[in-house]
Amino acid sequence: MSGFSQFIMQFINGLNIGSIYALIALGYTMVYGIAKLINFAHGDIIMVGAYVSLICLNAGLPWYLACIISILSCSAFGVIMEKFAYKPLRNASRISLLITAIGISYLLENAFQLIFTANPKPYPSFIALPALKIGAVTISANYYITFIISVVLMVVLTLFIRNTNMGKAMRAVSEDAGAARLMGINVDNTISLTFAIGSALAAVAGILYSNCYSPINPTMGSLPGIKAFIAAGLGGIGSIPGAVLGGFFLGMIEAMVKAYISSQLLDSIVFTVLILMLVLKPAGILGKDVREKV
Amino acid sequence: MDQSFKKQLLIDFGTVLGSYAVLFALQKSGVINTYWQGIILVVCINVILTVSLNVTSGFLGELALGHAGFMAIGAYLSAFISKSLPLIPALEFPVAILIGGLSAMAAGYIVAIPTLRLRGDYLAIITLAFGEIIRNILKNLMLFGGTKGYPNIPAYTTFTWAFFGAAVCVLAAKSLIASRHGRSIISVREDEIAAEASGVNTNRYKILAFVFSAFFAGVAGALYAHYIRFLQPSVFTLDKSIEILVMVVLGGMGSIRGSIISATVLTVLPELLRSFSDYRMLMYSIVLIVMMLAKHSASGKIMFRPAADKTQEAET
Repeated sequence: MSGFSQFIMQFINGLNIGSIYALIALGYTMVYGIAKLINFAHGDIIMVGAYVSLICLNAGLPWYLACIISILSCSAFGVIMEKFAYKPLRNASRISLLITAIGISYLLENAFQLIFTANPKPYPSFIALPALKIGAVTISANYYITFIISVVLMVVLTLFIRNTNMGKAMRAVSEDAGAARLMGINVDNTISLTFAIGSALAAVAGILYSNCYSPINPTMGSLPGIKAFIAAGLGGIGSIPGAVLGGFFLGMIEAMVKAYISSQLLDSIVFTVLILMLVLKPAGILGKDVREKV
Repeated sequence: MDQSFKKQLLIDFGTVLGSYAVLFALQKSGVINTYWQGIILVVCINVILTVSLNVTSGFLGELALGHAGFMAIGAYLSAFISKSLPLIPALEFPVAILIGGLSAMAAGYIVAIPTLRLRGDYLAIITLAFGEIIRNILKNLMLFGGTKGYPNIPAYTTFTWAFFGAAVCVLAAKSLIASRHGRSIISVREDEIAAEASGVNTNRYKILAFVFSAFFAGVAGALYAHYIRFLQPSVFTLDKSIEILVMVVLGGMGSIRGSIISATVLTVLPELLRSFSDYRMLMYSIVLIVMMLAKHSASGKIMFRPAADKTQEAET
């Protein structure tokens, strides 16, 4: 294989993992924008989505039903999580919220470990389309489907937030929750909706991720979750195009580092990039610089 | 240094020496068997880890998730020193502990620099990333055996070393917090902008808290390395950092006494409840959530005197 087509292969790998990061990062960024909270448990919702769909598939349900059930249950789960754990802490300090989020993340991982054991479970890939051949490069169905679904969802989400009343309410609440309440927006419902959408996107990411990287285990969500958070931070947390850009950017860095530098030191390099980015440009690529007010 | 503080210091020294004498006598006379002696050692190490993390997370008010990383640096470097330096053991171990602590401190300084520009959530992520970087590097560092582990570390850690390590850490933390530097650290937690406006050099105190906490994490790592005698990168995961955080949260953020007690309880309890060991991490996560929900911030009120807690954490 020539150097160029290998580069193209890596580029496609980067797009694939990048689109999954982007989907997860969207959830992070939406929740952060509206609730000012890093939802550490967001990564674990990917895992919940993957397991729920796996149970449905193993029960013999067709794949589309499995996907729908998984997405709906993750949304419901996201809303319940917000109501029980985050809502009572809305006026508490940041550090309390973060610790609660870490607690929920660990609760999910360990509860699933007790129920399903820590052993990896094979995930039957149900995307059965023919691979795409362009010259010397073959793109498997998993890859282009992941990419297409991610891009479509991102476009739909952007249109939703820009044009619908609910989307406007979301933007208003993230701008200034107090003022939004005075304008007659139901802040609680808007926050719930945000969690529902974010968790649904995480479920989609979980299903796509499991299709590409088959055996799944209860801690599968934590590393992609952290990396997607990095992606959201790279793009500028709170910004939706930023999350997408950051996701693809991070996926590309990962693929290139894996191919051309070292796959063993991958995580070190990715995390170092993150730290440098945050130190040099804390607001991210597309983030706004916010002045501190007293 | 006023009179009451001096008195308090005397009481503290008395408590330390008294409890050391009692524990030492019990161990020598065989009332405490070797199994429990090992557990007491681990309690001492965990007390160091918890109290030192409390300085950043409780008093400075920044969530640090890389404590296991500092511990790993201290453990590996001190083990390297005591394995390669041809000194007599009595001299070698203090040097190893000191090097372990100082190298972790240097790493703490490096991590503290980004914290000067970032707060809260980003800082938590940076420290988490730092911990993962350390573990990833150790996994690939053949000098330290990589994933296979670093064996044959001399068994220098005795009860006396661990106990006085913990005592020094606790007394140092107490003195730091009681001093004007400590008050400055707390002022950063309460309201950074107000602190800065009142002339507190917030950058300096953030670095001070981080470096202090990293140093003792390194010391704990050194003690751990020379007790376990075999190091593996898989020990120093995020789980370990979270475990220490659970101890801090349960004891009360901003309460040193609470940290000592919760580190002891959370080390001894799993030993007593061996059959529930599968549920340990599950219990920890529930502890975190319940503690935060039970009282919005420092949970110290439930258990003990709310140490530096009178004003509560500042609202964000």
